[in-house]
Amino acid sequence: MTTTHQPKPLPTQEITTRTHTADILANARRDTDRYGLDKVFICDVDSHHAELNSWKDIISYVEDPVLRDIAQQMMIHRPQAGQLALSNYKAGLALQDAGARIPHQSGLAESVPDTGDARDVELVRRAMDAMSIDVQVVFPQPMLEIGLHPEKGIAVQLMKAYNRWFVENVLPKDPRIKTMLGLPFEDPQASLETIREFGDHPDVLGFLVTSQRHAGVHRNEYMPLYAELEERGLPIGFHAGPTWEDSMTSTMNRFLSVHAMSFVTCNMTHLTNWIVNGIPERFPRLKTIWIESGLAWLPFMMQRLDHEYLMRQSEAPLLRRLPSDYMRQMYYTSQPIEITDMALLESTFNAMNAKDTLLYSSDWPHWDFDVPGRIMGIPFLDEQAKLNILGGNARKVFDL
Amino acid sequence: MTVNTEKSREAWTLVARSDDVAEGGRQVIELGNDVQIGLFRFKGKLYAYENLCPHQSGPACQGRMVDGVRERIEEGGRSAGLAFDKDDPHIVCPWHGFEYRLTTGEHAGVPSIRLRGFGVREEGGDIHVAL
Ligand code: FES
Repeated sequence: MTTTHQPKPLPTQEITTRTHTADILANARRDTDRYGLDKVFICDVDSHHAELNSWKDIISYVEDPVLRDIAQQMMIHRPQAGQLALSNYKAGLALQDAGARIPHQSGLAESVPDTGDARDVELVRRAMDAMSIDVQVVFPQPMLEIGLHPEKGIAVQLMKAYNRWFVENVLPKDPRIKTMLGLPFEDPQASLETIREFGDHPDVLGFLVTSQRHAGVHRNEYMPLYAELEERGLPIGFHAGPTWEDSMTSTMNRFLSVHAMSFVTCNMTHLTNWIVNGIPERFPRLKTIWIESGLAWLPFMMQRLDHEYLMRQSEAPLLRRLPSDYMRQMYYTSQPIEITDMALLESTFNAMNAKDTLLYSSDWPHWDFDVPGRIMGIPFLDEQAKLNILGGNARKVFDL
Repeated sequence: MTVNTEKSREAWTLVARSDDVAEGGRQVIELGNDVQIGLFRFKGKLYAYENLCPHQSGPACQGRMVDGVRERIEEGGRSAGLAFDKDDPHIVCPWHGFEYRLTTGEHAGVPSIRLRGFGVREEGGDIHVAL
């Protein structure tokens, strides 16, 4: 039998860096329809915009007049410095898009009408619309590597400039866009000032430590930061970042390997210092969020730290409970959720009490993003747990 | 005529003209019933897959077409580096990079993950797909 439909070639035959976000994410609409996501409150706790498009504007916010001039001269005189002056962009990160196999990672190059707003505002809106997201917590991209900048003074200046630029130029443009601002963590005093300057802003939901490898988060000079955040009821987030320059990743020859390990060990290191030094005992009301390391590392850390602690209690004298108990009182973002073995995933969710501690995140537009349907499709979760993870838990953490 | 189907009892649907799918090329088509399919031609033969990735429902057929990568291992187990295999083109899902063999629809590393395939019949300049 032969039947005749009206077949139509799709206008977008190949998705490239220039494809409209709505076309790239068109299939996310299927999840929206299938799961009724339009009626579900979805808060995306980790997503990104490409601040490189606005680099010239951001540089104009650098306070230090000498550094600002150096950057502006670089942008005039050095080829390709227009989006990178002073930054710590690492060549290895350019491998993230797997040779343009995953085009949205390469920088969304679609056209955007010139409204006078930063083009990222429109790109963020398009992603929210495509994924039925109600509130999106937006972070920068290369600036998240700031914790790896070789020159601490520049790192501090750039972080401060970016924060001021973002608060003035992006946050006011759409009530659905929120952020946790990065702290200039190398300078505890500047970090404290950052919290005091922006902590009352209604769209600043908390503050971040980003990609930092080389600071012990338990050092005494950081205690005023944690006290200030606890007092204000604002969460601290640790947003991991990858680098080829950890001593462990320096032996690796594929981006796959670096990516698999580097995020996780970044957060593992801080979480270990955080718990062993009793920060949750010192600041019991401080809400802590571990961002972008997936979930598979959590049961490992729970078992590992509990095991060590029981034998060496005198090295963690502030603790009143097992390390895993403290871990269940902290929060975790979902992406990239490792759904390759449902039994392992279910054990992980149980171990971490995911229905109360897990926060949905897309990580859009990064190459390993997760759509909201990812959570709805998990078979062992009941309806309430899904709603908590997609937005209910975030509502509580951020007082939304 | 190209016949590539184990589903010949299904309804044949006219989806494209032969000229629409060049050698080494593709045509991604929207059918009326919310189904999208990608047609591909390789070494003269046509292949049809649903434009829906089993990973997270990404539009796999709209991704890059790129030859599969092999690692060349010499005697003694030494690696001689990577090379493209021109006989094994892949379709790469643009959402997260899952790569599917164009000739089978199977994930290039884990064949149990696969695109949904359809039979294809080409006759008199028309391409029909068994839906
Ligand atoms: S949806 Fe296709 S690779 Fe993820």
